[in-house]
Amino acid sequence: MRLSHHLALLGTALACLATPVQAAEKAEVLHWWTSGSESAAVNEFKKAFNAAGGEWTDAAVAGGGGETARAVGINRIIGGNPTTAMQFNTSQQFYELIDKGLLQTLDDVAAKDNWAKVINPVIYSAVSKNGHVYAAPVNIHSNVWLWFSPAALKKAGVEAPKTWDDLFKDLDALKKAGIIPLAQSGDAWTQNLTFMNVLIGAGGPELYLKIFKDRDVNAIKSPEFKKVADILAKMRDYLDEGMQGRQWNQAISLVITGQAGFNFMGDWAKGEVVVAGKVPGTDVGCIPGLGKSSYWIGGDVFVFPKQKDAGALKAQELLAHVLLSPETQVAFNNKKGSAPVRADVDTSTMDACGKQGVALLGSGAFVPGSDMLVNPDVAGQLNDLAGTFFSDKSKTAADFVDGLAKIVSSQ
Amino acid sequence: MKLRLSALTPQIALLPTWLIVVFAYVGTVIWSIRISFSSSRMLPEGDFVGLKSYERLFSTQRWVVSVENVAIFGVIFIVGALVLGFFLAVMLDQRIKAESLFRTIFLYPYAMSFVVTGLAWQWILNPSLGLQQMMHNFGWTSFTFDWLARGDRAIYLVAFAGIWQASGLVMAILLAGLRGIDEDLWKAAKIDGIPTWRVYLHIVIPLLGGMFATALVLLAAAVVKVYDLVVAMTGGGPGISTEVPAKFVIDYLFDRQNIALATSASTVMFLAVLFVLGPILYRQYIHNNGRAA
Repeated sequence: MRLSHHLALLGTALACLATPVQAAEKAEVLHWWTSGSESAAVNEFKKAFNAAGGEWTDAAVAGGGGETARAVGINRIIGGNPTTAMQFNTSQQFYELIDKGLLQTLDDVAAKDNWAKVINPVIYSAVSKNGHVYAAPVNIHSNVWLWFSPAALKKAGVEAPKTWDDLFKDLDALKKAGIIPLAQSGDAWTQNLTFMNVLIGAGGPELYLKIFKDRDVNAIKSPEFKKVADILAKMRDYLDEGMQGRQWNQAISLVITGQAGFNFMGDWAKGEVVVAGKVPGTDVGCIPGLGKSSYWIGGDVFVFPKQKDAGALKAQELLAHVLLSPETQVAFNNKKGSAPVRADVDTSTMDACGKQGVALLGSGAFVPGSDMLVNPDVAGQLNDLAGTFFSDKSKTAADFVDGLAKIVSSQ
Repeated sequence: MKLRLSALTPQIALLPTWLIVVFAYVGTVIWSIRISFSSSRMLPEGDFVGLKSYERLFSTQRWVVSVENVAIFGVIFIVGALVLGFFLAVMLDQRIKAESLFRTIFLYPYAMSFVVTGLAWQWILNPSLGLQQMMHNFGWTSFTFDWLARGDRAIYLVAFAGIWQASGLVMAILLAGLRGIDEDLWKAAKIDGIPTWRVYLHIVIPLLGGMFATALVLLAAAVVKVYDLVVAMTGGGPGISTEVPAKFVIDYLFDRQNIALATSASTVMFLAVLFVLGPILYRQYIHNNGRAA
């Protein structure tokens, strides 16, 4: 009696274990999209993958910049128990995994779905190394936007700026009107974004590429770059005391509510605008690179670590195919606030700021983000440099030039 | 034979502990030191590049700032917590009413994590949210207290928040010590007409030496590993002005993918701890053994 009872239980348990294996291609996906708009977006991936015959297992690890999630994922890869897929930024973060032969190539899927043709060339080259494709890019973000409050500008009696001189006139007027001229976060990475913003807008994409792609120290010592450093130095006079300890979303919300005039932030700030019930482009103005408009390309990719189980490759290829399919791309990116990586999809449902971005992408006015050009170590040093410069007014523009030259030349 | 086995039994019982100590503690320390001499970036490498990452470490401004900060923080925090904790203990020792209530209040901050302490003080000290804004709202508009937003002052506030949290612990330890002092000593001092402050300075404090050493070791350990307080209160900012070594290690280990630099920093921290804490622990060890004998 007891034995048969146990056997029956064992049988049920085995049946439970066996069923899902037969049913679907299982995929455990590690990512750090946990905020409201982000998890809504990642749910689109899940829906599409399950509809295509897969079974999505969510392995989300919270933490805005994804440091924790990447640490978990890398540890699992080294420990021999990797997830099916894992998120990285479109950057050099995963290049060392490629060099060590820990990642699956996606050459077959990429060839079948014609990635080389349909994906933005900057993104495509960022996910390929030594002639192989190693990651599935899912979105394009631009970190280099200037957001402004039309209401606050009106109150101060000024127009939206067209040049950097205009911007400083506006900032002066806002200061006089008792409005925070420039609301920034105290976090060093946001100050690095501000630096990139000024470098692209005032210095131009050529100067930017000379510095970070060609590692040209003479470009840093040039008068053009001096101008960039001077603008940065001057900008510190328009920051408020509350900057320290303020998060990026608190900074943009000061602009949304009209308490502040301007904020430099990436296009994910749109998510906050929408959540506040405002319309990007009308209630909150957006400028992609003041002066010399340019789209500074960043974004997210999924890599597929090599698995012990040969059957897992099928799930990985299916997932890569689904992530890049036109419908999933539109559905995901509309929720995420980013642009699709494919140039051949419908963008009519995007908001005004998103359309500005897509137009720049279409016209070829884009540069790869600095994370694609430098390794995480250098990226961290840039944060330290920009963070120190913004918080310490005793540092001169010349100090900033020297600091950057030291970082770039040490590479 | 029987005797031998019984002598062996405790060793066998301790074997798992020994294995954990050797592999999990000593082993990982040695492994970390080994990695610091390699060219590892995101993943550990087996090569040997000498002192390269140590050279880079000491030419990195952020590390230099971190070391300076931990020194400033350490001195202010330890001295501040010891002095304040001692005064609280002395005051509580005056047979006051509702002693247990005050004891609980003073010890309570220690029950909080550093993260909570850091966040709470960040809000209080934030110039546009906390104390300064409150004074402005009351009409005292010339009041300025913006140290948290000033790179040259913020580290003192971090130390202050640390003192606020830890002095209750020092108080509890020293209070226990004060209660252990013989009543007759006080009576004898009274008969001799020695002022109370001199009794504390020349008799009580020397008698509390062991208690002070215990508190010092606990506080010093908190200084070396200070990380969460800084992350919650300033995030290392403004700029890099409140960075500390532990945060340097964590940042380079994970986010910045340079584990050779991170492990060389942690090796330097390890050596510093050995040099500073080693003699104190050794002295305590001798002290305790001497007393037992």
